[in-house]
Amino acid sequence: MAVNTASDAPITEWQGSIEDIKNLVTERALTGETMLLNMGPHHPSTHGVLRLLLELDGEEIVTCLPDIGYLHTGIEKTIESKTYEKGVTCTDRMDYLSPMSNNAVFCMAIEKLVDLDVPERAQVIRVICLELSRIASHLVWLGTHAIDLGAMSVFLYCFREREKILDMFEMLSGQRMMGSYLRPGGVWRDLTSDFMPALESFLDDFPRRVDDYEKLLTSNPLWLDRTQGIGVIEPDVALAWGISGASLRGSGVNWDIRKAMPYSGYEQYDFDVPLGEHGDVYDRYICRIKEMRESHKILRQAVKRLPSASGGFRSDNRKFVPPPRAELGQSMEAVIHHFKLWTEGFSVPDQEVYVAIESPRGEIGCYLHGTGGTRPRRVHFKTPSFMHIQAIPEMSRNHMIADLVAIVGSIDIVLGDCDR
Amino acid sequence: MVNIDPAKNPVEVLNSAIPGVVQDVVEFAGETTIVVDPQQIIPVMRVLRDTPGLIFNFMSDVSAVDYWEPGGVYDRPGRFAVCYHIYSMLYNVRLRVKVYLDEDEPEVETVSTVWPAANWLEREAMDLMGITFLNHPDPRRLLMPDDWHGHPHRRDTPLGYETVQFSFNAEEIMKHKPFAKE
Repeated sequence: MAVNTASDAPITEWQGSIEDIKNLVTERALTGETMLLNMGPHHPSTHGVLRLLLELDGEEIVTCLPDIGYLHTGIEKTIESKTYEKGVTCTDRMDYLSPMSNNAVFCMAIEKLVDLDVPERAQVIRVICLELSRIASHLVWLGTHAIDLGAMSVFLYCFREREKILDMFEMLSGQRMMGSYLRPGGVWRDLTSDFMPALESFLDDFPRRVDDYEKLLTSNPLWLDRTQGIGVIEPDVALAWGISGASLRGSGVNWDIRKAMPYSGYEQYDFDVPLGEHGDVYDRYICRIKEMRESHKILRQAVKRLPSASGGFRSDNRKFVPPPRAELGQSMEAVIHHFKLWTEGFSVPDQEVYVAIESPRGEIGCYLHGTGGTRPRRVHFKTPSFMHIQAIPEMSRNHMIADLVAIVGSIDIVLGDCDR
Repeated sequence: MVNIDPAKNPVEVLNSAIPGVVQDVVEFAGETTIVVDPQQIIPVMRVLRDTPGLIFNFMSDVSAVDYWEPGGVYDRPGRFAVCYHIYSMLYNVRLRVKVYLDEDEPEVETVSTVWPAANWLEREAMDLMGITFLNHPDPRRLLMPDDWHGHPHRRDTPLGYETVQFSFNAEEIMKHKPFAKE
């Protein structure tokens, strides 16, 4: 078959149908008065594969149409073909910046369905993992948000600190990025001997590092110009559009699931929920910076709590949790449970639950429906990035295209979190 | 000092506001599921959102379930269900409202007029489960390409499988690969 080269290809008119977007953009776009421009799917400041179809009047945004689905991984469908425990390893591929949060919400949904207990020590270890995840995720957000607005050095500093957290995750789970460490009934294994010294050293060091980031940005006139009064989202609009997490708290709405519906023993920790006043990009920035300090406070308390916490790192319920390796040599019961759990898995009632936790990005919810057998009927994750991308048109209207970069950065989206 | 109405029981409120709308109430693991008539979903949601003592002001999630089992059987009032997970920030209460939908014409009115947040959640359910949300403001596919046939989250859609290609069977497998045909 002959291939047309650029030189001999006839120059033709655009063949697409303008009818497809007729009701979604203004009439001015159809007459050519405003310009239609694609930002993405692969644009550095869309933080993943996100296409934003923009209708521009000069540099001013008239309409913004987010288009997702480029990363659709089919994780929910995949989990439906796996046993519950094996499904856990799929969940951390969704929000790849905070895999532990996804692990946690899926494990908690399973625990709620089968009424499985989690020992106190496992709860404390979970809190440590979740808060380290929050810091690691916020560091990527801060670094990339700053680089979007032209500040290079913050990015390098943030990744330097994040590296230490990834090292700790590697000690726990053997994986730097996709550590499937949390399991139904607790965690995979106990903390390794080198974990606590690494955590202590990180905790000693971290507050000074946050001071450094703040020195670079918080009262930097360029940063203030680019962020204050930009992408304002009123509290009632934020609630109507389902925005959650720090993006909602930047608008002054005091809702943190760790406080409202505590899980993993969060009610025993002393921490504050930072709130913004204006709901602009700057307030969302300040909220997350303060959140990192609060996470540090929680981690300090968790480290103190750990030695006195009772129970092991995982539940003793043999119907759901495999026995320790050492027992297999002595106990026939242990062999039977081990065999049943790894070949067939455990059965879950034909009921449904919805569990939500506070991930670094906001409310991540897991709707889990059992069949009475060993595989789920339906798993659906409500993820914060999905809701936040939906609200980008609300936030970006009448802003400049350069402000859109600041807005997208400020709501902290991860596209893996959006297209499951 | 703001006077806040005491929290009310959503089932009682619904029963007195729209008699006969509640078809079933299921309590499991501390969660309440209210099964309602799909024809009445908009008035139900408005009552839940606006009644003092309920104020479910936050739409957490819209999930669709397919109860199909191999052999085409299902033991529910309808093959599909849509679960609305709503949350009252004032009273710190979560609630699941559920509607069962017919196998042949799974359709229900959109609630994106009550909570705009439902817009994309419904588009996702429409795309992946094939449920029609009537009067939806933007009924395009969300995750799958526009020309995609079928709804991948239905239980009768099988997961794809690709034969593993080794050096000894490479040529044989290349013959059957689903490359685009000219």
